[in-house]
Amino acid sequence: MTTWATVLLACAAAFGLKLAGYLVPAGWVRGERRSRVIALLPVALLAALVAVQTVVGDGGALLLDARAAALAAAVVLLVLRANFLVVVGAAAAVAGILRALGWA
Amino acid sequence: MTTVADTPLPEARRREVMRQALSVGAATGAYGISFGALAVASGLTVLQTQALSLLLFSGGSQFAVVGVLGAGGFGLAAVAASTLLGVRNGLYALQTSRFLGVAGLRRLAAAHLTIDESTAVGVAQPERAAQRLGFWVTGVAVFVGWNLMTLVGALVGNAIGDPRSYGLDAAAAAAFAALLWPRLRSGDAVATAVLAAFVALVAAPALPAGVPVILAAGAAVAVGLRRGGRHERPPSPDAEPHGADPLP
Repeated sequence: MTTWATVLLACAAAFGLKLAGYLVPAGWVRGERRSRVIALLPVALLAALVAVQTVVGDGGALLLDARAAALAAAVVLLVLRANFLVVVGAAAAVAGILRALGWA
Repeated sequence: MTTVADTPLPEARRREVMRQALSVGAATGAYGISFGALAVASGLTVLQTQALSLLLFSGGSQFAVVGVLGAGGFGLAAVAASTLLGVRNGLYALQTSRFLGVAGLRRLAAAHLTIDESTAVGVAQPERAAQRLGFWVTGVAVFVGWNLMTLVGALVGNAIGDPRSYGLDAAAAAAFAALLWPRLRSGDAVATAVLAAFVALVAAPALPAGVPVILAAGAAVAVGLRRGGRHERPPSPDAEPHGADPLP
């Protein structure tokens, strides 16, 4: 699949989901278990993305490098309730500096 | 787009809702710069990056597309991760459709603007006219800001060269962590996050990039169904839709 096909398919699916919420009866997603699974979906995906982006290297090998230090800095800033852009910018800066120094 | 039916809002309330909507729009729109920069760093062109912000228009899903593609994942895995993250927008729409009262082209526009922020500002208002105003103004403000800043981020990211030397690849994990953070409000959410991260890392060495993230979605099913028999307190009425439970 080309990058363009991926981009456009993801866009179509996202819009389809949004529109579906205006068209389907609300009863389809009622039910305590069902709504709990749906509410937890973003948590699972985001946590998996954090993990993979931090320690998975080329070819799927796990490794600790500048990315892990960057994530640690991000978590400290999140605990301190820093703004989203501050968190992302600081993480990039930590990784960039560590690499420039040749430490990771 | 801000014409409001029903009882008109008093001027003071109208200004209050506008101020809230525009400040959310400005704050969220600014994040677009990080998306733009990260997207081109992961190999997308400026045009592809901009297409995601214009047409997909949902931050978490957009970051997922570029995150999976940037890690060398194949296209369908990127689409699946993005789509699973977008399920919540459909749930927001169930709420917003009740007060928006839209049909035809306005319904298509409303659907496109149904995201975390527009839903949060809309449902937070007590009166129907303010709900509608809050939803539309927030949605349009975020859309404009997000797209402009995406373009800025993509152009800057393109201009600075090798993204690795600036740590931009590491910033992707920080972006996901920042999106995850406000959702970790319950024990179930923390358990789901830990299990999902574990599943993804165990699967990563054996499976193609992107697939471990999809497998990790099973953590939501496992935790959500497991606690099914237990009574939990209902979500508080002032909880933001950013939080754990998007349903009323």
